[in-house]
Order: sequence, then structure tokens, then C-alpha cells
Amino acid sequence: MINEKDILSTIEMIDQQHLDIRTITMGISLLSCCDADPGRACDKIYEKIVRQAANLVKTGEDIEREFGIPIVNKRISVTPMALVAAASETEDYVPFAIAMDRAAKTCGVDFIGGYSALVQKGMTAADERLIRAIPEALDRTDLVCSSVNVGSTKAGINMDAVALMGRIIKETARRTADRDGLGCAKLVVFCNAVEDNPFMAGAFHGVGEAEKVINVGVSGPGVVHHALQSVKGQSFDVVAETVKKTAFRITRMGQLVAQEASRRLDTPFGIVDLSLAPTPAVGDSVARILEEMGLEVCGTHGTTAALALLNDAVKKGGVMASSSVGGLSGAFIPVSEDEGMIAAARSGVLCLDKLEAMTCVCSVGLDMIAVPGDTPAETISAIIADEAAIGMVNCKTTAVRLLPAPGKQVGDTIEMGGLLGSAPVMPVHPQSSESFIARGGRIPAPMHSLKN
Amino acid sequence: MNAIVTVVGQDKVGIIAAVCALLAENNVNILDISQTILQGSFTMVMAVDVSKAKTSVGDLRGLLEALGEKMGISIRIQREEIFDAMHRI
Repeated sequence: MINEKDILSTIEMIDQQHLDIRTITMGISLLSCCDADPGRACDKIYEKIVRQAANLVKTGEDIEREFGIPIVNKRISVTPMALVAAASETEDYVPFAIAMDRAAKTCGVDFIGGYSALVQKGMTAADERLIRAIPEALDRTDLVCSSVNVGSTKAGINMDAVALMGRIIKETARRTADRDGLGCAKLVVFCNAVEDNPFMAGAFHGVGEAEKVINVGVSGPGVVHHALQSVKGQSFDVVAETVKKTAFRITRMGQLVAQEASRRLDTPFGIVDLSLAPTPAVGDSVARILEEMGLEVCGTHGTTAALALLNDAVKKGGVMASSSVGGLSGAFIPVSEDEGMIAAARSGVLCLDKLEAMTCVCSVGLDMIAVPGDTPAETISAIIADEAAIGMVNCKTTAVRLLPAPGKQVGDTIEMGGLLGSAPVMPVHPQSSESFIARGGRIPAPMHSLKN
Repeated sequence: MNAIVTVVGQDKVGIIAAVCALLAENNVNILDISQTILQGSFTMVMAVDVSKAKTSVGDLRGLLEALGEKMGISIRIQREEIFDAMHRI
């Protein structure tokens, strides 16, 4: 029999330390749904998603019950919609989002991702139509998530797309102003987007993927925090080892659930994403892990180093626990979704510039950050450009998910509820980036030799 | 197929009897029991064989939870694989 102490420690992790599987995400290829008639294409999209994912939610719930491990979200990701819609003879791409939304609601999933365009080097007519449809699509749907990849290490940064995305984010906020600009919480701008990410809002099913696939995202900041409480004052070697061991356990559980879901749904297992994904609940915060390492408040000097250690140790611990690791895999630092980050931002210690520095060493980027509603589109574009540059030069994924809540100023808070949490509005630099963004064109891809 | 039943809560008369009776009714065979008082609370861990059970693990979970609620303690059942995965290489 398994050691009684181990059994009780697992139960404590689930009950008191918020250990859970954050998401089971089924990736579905929609390339077979292309049709010159947009109405027919939307019918095919709806029908294929519903057929493939019919049992996803029930299977997730069954596993949850039998193994006694919470599975918080069941989600779907699909082929970037700009590729599918390109075949249709229409200027209006909003109905494709509505078809996705309808299918997601029929399946009972929490979100569906893939209203996306990949424009790191250039935009096709279809890409541009899709991007321009994003504000209306996110306004008229509930579960659709959208992402746009504007840069990559190989292609450089498409500054025309960066400029456009600043305006699209502003327009999305305006259209969903009655909900504090909630549409922007479902829109992410990437550099080096990955094709197998199970997390929203950036999940899409890449064209290099199989017909359908199961990807699983684990969580567990609370478990890591708890483990570090037992090594107070000890050296960073001990801290790194403790995080690795904890990440290994968490990931093993993710691997088990992924395999079980894959078997029951008769769908190939894709990857386990090793991300430490926080929630607004007390005791489920990445910021509090960094503070546990000895920082008075997350955001003070030392935060970047602490995050670098955490991010690396999570990967090292997790990678041995799974047969296939992918997605974003690292520590997430979404401000509104992390109780400790919210507190640090509210106290003024955690600022946008520090968050940008933190994104150099961790998974993803400037995530779920509320900025004043009157922030110019060019400033938002410039923030995207900075973040994309970090990703491009460092060969990593970076992303921007900003919430310019209409009518809100520094000191205000926007409330989104649920896992999306609440975000104190953070200041941006008032100096203009307008002429910089107006240039357009492309920032060339970086050298891969002479590294310094 | 094995599962682990854990019972945690205030000690009182009849906990083991009630849990065992419910398991027996559902044709679940008990393989091993260990029981301690941990930090003042009653803690029991049972390994059980559910391969011949009359109900699924998912449904057993509901029955045990209902019993736990009635007795004011926490009772759960989980497939053994989860503990194997987390604690054994």
C-alpha cells in the first residue's frame, strides 16, 4: 500500500493548497471546414467541433470524480480561423466567431480559442479581415477567445500589425465598455506563439498538429508556496530543489489525467503544459511564492531573479514527469488573476516596467493588466512592440493582454469576476510613442550568432 | 482496480462500521486499513478493491460523501493511480 503520509499529503494539496488541473483542452483541426460559401463553412465548423468534443466535458467530470482531482476548465482550441475563413467569399468574418461560440455552448466548455491570425511576417487579406472583425466578434460572443501573432524570432516583428492591434484593443474595449472592457480579457497579442498551448486566451490548434489532440495544463502555485514555507532561510540551491520536486509531483498528476482523458476520448495525447497558473483565490498566487523567497512585496528589487529561478525550476522538475511537455510551460504572471500581484500592484510597488522586466525570464508576458481607459492606441502598440522585442530576441513566447477599461483611471479597479479576477488600473508613461508606431514596416529578425 | 478511501474528522463511535457497511453493500473488498489520530483528528486510510463493485467509483464517491456529511466527517474515494503517479517513480 502507498505510504499513508503521501496519501494525506496529496489530499492536503487538493483541499488546502488549491492543487488542480487547470484545463483539459481539446485541439481540433478545422482545415476540412473550408468552403467558398461562408454559411456552409460556419455549419461545417459548428458540426465538426460539436462532433469531436461532444464528450469532452463529461469525460473531464468523470475523471474529476474518480480521481478526486478538480479539473477547473474544459476548453477547445481550433485552427487559426483566418486560415479557415480565407476560402470563403465574404468580407464579414464575425459569423465564424458566432459559429465557434455556438459550438462551445453546445459542448458546455468554458472557452474556445482560435479566432486567430498569424501575421508575424505579413498579413493576407483574410488575416486583416479577421483582425478587423475581432472587436465585434468578441462583443457578440461569450466564449470565443482571440489571438494574433505579430512577431517571431525567425520573421521579426510586423509593425503594421502591431499598430493595428493597438487600435483593435482600444476598439474591443470600447465595444465592451458596459462590461469594463471585458472583451480585451479574451484577446492576446503574441510573439513566438506556440501551436499547442492549452491556456486561454491564447490557445489555438496549430497547422502542424494532428486532426485532434488533448493538451493538459496543470496548476499549483499554492503547493509550491506551501513547500517553500518549509525551507525558510535556506539557500537558493535548496529553494530550487524544493520547487523541482513539487513541480515533478504536480506534473505527474497532469500526465496521468492527460493520458486518461486521451484514452477515454480516443484522441491522441499532445502535451502537458507545466505552467504555474495562479487564481485570484488566497493561497494560489505566484507573487506570494516570490515573496516567500524573501521579498517584502512582489515587484521590489530581486523579483526578476526570484522569478527566473522559479520558472526554470518548474520546467526542470516537470519535464521528467511527462512524456511530452509543451505549450507555454513556466510561471504565469497575470496581474488580475493573482491575489498577490493585485496587492502588489495596488500598493504601487509592482509597476508596468517591472512586469516587463519579469517577462524576460518567465512564461508569456504582460498579462491581464488594466491601464487607463484613455491610453492612446499608439502607446498600447508600443507596449506590444516592446514585449514582442523581448520575445523575438530571447527566442521565447511573449504576449500582451492589456485591459484599457473605458472611463477608468489610475486608482480605479476593474472587476471581471471568476478566474479573471480584478485589476487595479496601472499607470503608463504619458510620453507619446505616436511617431514611432506611425513608421510601420517590419523590425528585422535578430542575428543568431555573436550573442552577447 | 484499486482505490483509496480516506476518512478525516472528529473521532466518534461507529465511523469504521458505517464506512465498512457501505463498502460491503456495494461489494467493495477492503484490502488494507490503517487508522491514526493525527493532530487530534481521526484519520483512516483504506485500500479497497473496486473491480467487482456494484457501482462505479464516481457513484461510490457520492455515496461516501453523503455518509460523511451525515456523520460530520470528510470521506472520499479516489482511484489509486493518482497517488502512485505523484509519489512513485
